[in-house]
Amino acid sequence: MTETFPRLVRDNARTRPERVAIREKDYGIWQSYTWREYYEQGRLIALGLASLGFRRGDKVAIIGDNRPQLYWAVVGTQALGGVPVPLYQDGIEKEIAYILDHAEARFAIVEDQEQVDKLLHVRASCPRLETIIYDDARGMRAYSEPFLMSLEQLQEEGRKFSIGHPSHFEDEVEKGRADDPAIICYTSGTTGAPKGAVLSHRNLSVTAGNAAEFEKLRDDEEILSYLPMAWIGDHIFSYAQSILVGFAINCPESTATVLHDLREIGPTYFFAPPRIWETLLTNVMVRVEDAAWAKRRLVRFFLDLAQDLERARLAGRPASGWRRLLYPLGELLVYGPLRDNLGMRRVRRAYTAGEAIGPEIFLFFRGLGINVKQLYGMTEASVFITIQRDGDVRLDSVGTPIPEVEVRISEQGEVLFRSPGVFQGYHKNPEATAQVLDNGWFRSGDAGFVDAAGHLKIIDRVRDVSRLASGTLFAPKYLENKLKFSPYVKEAVCVGQDRPYVTALINIDLTAVGNWAERRSIAYTSYTDLSQKPEVAALIRQEVERVNASLLEDDVLRDAQIRKFLILHKELDPDDEEITRTRKVRRGYIAQKYAPLIEALYGERDHVEVEARVTYEDGRTGTVRADVRICEATMAEVAVR
Amino acid sequence: MSDPEARPGAAGARPSVGGVGAISGPPLLMVEDVSVRFGALLALSKVSLEVRRGEVLAIIGPNGAGKTTLLNVISGFYHPYEGRILFDGRERTHLAPPDVAALGIARTFQNVALFRGMSVLDNLMTGRLLKMRGHFLLDALWWGPAKRQELANRAKVERIIDFLEIQAIRKMPAGKLPYGLQKRVELGRALAAEPTLLLLDEPMAGMNVEEKEDMSRFILDVNSEFGTTIALIEHDMGVVMDISDRVAVLDYGRKIADGAPEHVRKDQAVLDAYLGATHG
Repeated sequence: MTETFPRLVRDNARTRPERVAIREKDYGIWQSYTWREYYEQGRLIALGLASLGFRRGDKVAIIGDNRPQLYWAVVGTQALGGVPVPLYQDGIEKEIAYILDHAEARFAIVEDQEQVDKLLHVRASCPRLETIIYDDARGMRAYSEPFLMSLEQLQEEGRKFSIGHPSHFEDEVEKGRADDPAIICYTSGTTGAPKGAVLSHRNLSVTAGNAAEFEKLRDDEEILSYLPMAWIGDHIFSYAQSILVGFAINCPESTATVLHDLREIGPTYFFAPPRIWETLLTNVMVRVEDAAWAKRRLVRFFLDLAQDLERARLAGRPASGWRRLLYPLGELLVYGPLRDNLGMRRVRRAYTAGEAIGPEIFLFFRGLGINVKQLYGMTEASVFITIQRDGDVRLDSVGTPIPEVEVRISEQGEVLFRSPGVFQGYHKNPEATAQVLDNGWFRSGDAGFVDAAGHLKIIDRVRDVSRLASGTLFAPKYLENKLKFSPYVKEAVCVGQDRPYVTALINIDLTAVGNWAERRSIAYTSYTDLSQKPEVAALIRQEVERVNASLLEDDVLRDAQIRKFLILHKELDPDDEEITRTRKVRRGYIAQKYAPLIEALYGERDHVEVEARVTYEDGRTGTVRADVRICEATMAEVAVR
Repeated sequence: MSDPEARPGAAGARPSVGGVGAISGPPLLMVEDVSVRFGALLALSKVSLEVRRGEVLAIIGPNGAGKTTLLNVISGFYHPYEGRILFDGRERTHLAPPDVAALGIARTFQNVALFRGMSVLDNLMTGRLLKMRGHFLLDALWWGPAKRQELANRAKVERIIDFLEIQAIRKMPAGKLPYGLQKRVELGRALAAEPTLLLLDEPMAGMNVEEKEDMSRFILDVNSEFGTTIALIEHDMGVVMDISDRVAVLDYGRKIADGAPEHVRKDQAVLDAYLGATHG
C-alpha cells in the first residue's frame, strides 16, 4: 500500500499488461491504451525530461483537458522524483502566472496551442519556467521559440537518451520514497491567493486504497474522467484509484460531448458535483415535457412513485403495499430505459460532493435505482473523509468515516479530522499550514456534528455559524439550503444572531410560483404583486414549516426553527449588490439595506411598508413601493418524536 | 519561414505576407480578361486575376461588384463569354461544376447550402463523394472494397470534425444547428473534398464577433495545416486585413486594385469605390 505511483504503474504493466488502462475518444472512435503502453509512454516522457536536465524535486505544470498524454506526464514526472502541479485549464493568465511562479515550475506539459499562448504571455513573470511541451501540434507550425517542444519530440529525445543511459529510468523509479511529495494541488480559496496543498505518495495511496476497499472497487470498473485534472477529485479517481485497483479510465472527446460519451461508456463508478446531477435531471425533465400527453403522465406517475418509495426507504419507514407492487412495472417502463439513456445502467456506485444536494435531485436518481451517495472530502485530506455506506444512505448526512480516518468535533463545533491522508502542508506557506494543522488534526473550517448513529452532518462554514440570544446554535446557510430545496424558494436569508428567534427573508421563484398561481387562477400583475398574495404566503408558510419539522431530527439545531418570515417584494440581484455574481448572499449588505424589514420581523406589526431602490440593467434606478406582509410559522414540537 | 516574433494567433495578426504557405512558381489559378454577361448586364468586364499557390486571397468590393459572379465563373457555374481560366497551368474555361470539383476546387456558398435533414457527419461524407468509386452490388452489401472505402472516407471526415471542433454535433441534423455552426459545417464539407483551391463566399456573413474570430482561426489553420490555397469574399475589412496575404478589389465588374492589404487600403480607387466618389 505504501508504494510510489510509478512503481504501482510498473506493477500493473507486469501483472495486467494487455488490460486497458485508458481510453480516449478521438476521431469518433474510442482508442485504447493498455497498462504496458501507459508505463512505456510515461517512461519516454520521463527520459525526455531527464535529457533536458531534470532534477529530483523539480515541479512540472500540467495544463489541459483530461488526456491520456497528460496522465502519462504525471507518472513520468513522478518517476524522476518530480512533482506534477496540475492547473485548471480555463484558468486566467494571472492565476496561471501566480501558480507557476509560486510552485517554481521548470517545465510545463500542456495540451495545445491555447495553453501555449497563455504560457507565452505569462512567461516573463515566471523566470524559472524553462521548457514548454505541448501535445497537440495543431496551429503550432509558425512557432519557433527554442523553449517550445512537442511531446512527440520530447519522447524522441527520451528514446535517444535511454541509449546512453539504459538504466536511468529504473534507477530513478527505485529512488522514489512513499513519503516524497506526489502532487501539489492549488486550491482556489474564496479569500486570498491560492494555496498549494502538497500530498505524498503515501497520503494518496493509503487514502485512495482505503476508500477503494471500503467501497469494494474492482479492476473491471469503468469511469469517465471529465472533471478538471487540477482538482484533487480527478487525481484520486482517475489516477490514484485507477492505478491502485487497476481499472480503466475514459477521457471524453471534448468538453461538449461529455453527456454523450457518458452514455457510450456506461461507467460503473461515477462522480459528479450537485450541479451536474441537476443538469442531468433538467435534461430528463425537459424531454418529458416534450413527450406526448399519455407518455408524460405515465413517466411522471412512475417518477413520483419511485421518489416516494425512496423517501420512505431512506427514512426507514415502510412504504405502502401498492407502491411496492407497481415498482417492477415502473422499472420495466420507465426506470430501466431512463437509466440506460442517461448512461447509468451499469453504475454500481456514484458520489455527489462539494456542496449540499437538493433532496428531490438525490431522491430522483436513487429512485431510478442508481446508487448515488454523499461523500465528504477535501483536498487536504486526499479527498476521502466520510462516505455513506451502501444500505446506510441518508438525505442529510455525509456518512461515516472511512477506515483510518478519525473525525472529532471541536468545542466550537468545527469538524476536525486526522488520517493518513492529511497533507504535508501548503507549499512554501508554513503560516497557513500552522493555522489548519494542530497535532495531526486538520481543521476543516466546516461546522458540523455527529449524530447518534455516527453519521457526520455538515451544517455550515464555521465563520457563518452564530448563536441566538438564548445561546442556541444557529447556522444560517444550513437553514437557507433547506429552504432553497423547495422549488418555490429561489433565495433565502436567515437572520438570528443575538436575536430571540430565527427569521427569514424569502425570495419566491417567479417561474415556479407563477405557474402554481396560474394553475389556481390567482391573477397577479408583477413580481411584487405576486409576492404579497395571501395564497403565496400560505404556500411559503408550508415550506417553512416543512423546514422546521425537518430540523427536529437535528439534535443540535432543533431549537433554531424559523418563527417569522416575510416574502421580499423584489428579487435579490447582483446588480443591486445583494448577492454576488456566483449567487452567494451578501449578509452584511442585506442586513443594512433591509434593516426596517428585519426590525419588523422582531416587532409586533403584521405588515410593513417599504420603498426600495432598484437598479435596472442599463444603470437607471427606480423605486419599488410595497406593503410587505409579516408571516408567522408554526414551530414543530420536539415531543412528536 | 518568416519573422519569428510574429505569429498567427488569437489576435489574428499574421506573419509577413505569404509567410505561411505561399510558394513561388506559376500561379495556381489564372483568370485572364474574363467577361460575363447576363443579357444586357455586364457582370464582369475583362477581369484578370491570379491566385498564387498557398496564399489567402480576399476578394472585396461594394454590393453588386461581381465578386460572387467571379467565384461562380471559377467554379464552373457560369461560363465567360470571353477570356479564359487556367488552373494549374492548363486551360479550364468551359468545365461544368462537377469537373471543376474533380480538379480540386471546392467552395462554400453565401447562403448556407447544406442538406438540412441530414446529419453533420453525412453532410461531410457527401463532400467525399468525388473520392469514392461505387459499385452498385458491393455498396448494397457493404462488403469488401465498399466497406474499406467507406471506413477510409469516414476516417478522413473524422479528422475534419476534429479539426473544426464539431464533435459534439456530429449526429445532429444540419438544419437544426445555429447559423454560425452551419457555416462551419459547410466549410467542413468543402474540406472533405481535399481541395487544392478553396473558394469561400462570405464565410463570416451574419456572424458575431466571437464566431468571426473562430472562423478566421479555422481559415488560417486550414491554410497552414493543409497548405490549401484560399480565395474568399468578405465584407468585414478588419477580418480581410487580418487574414489575407493579398486583396483584389472589384467594382462594377472591373478589377480596380490588387495587392497586399496595407497597399490596397491606401489605394485611391478603392477609397472612392467604398466612400462613394462619383463614377466616371
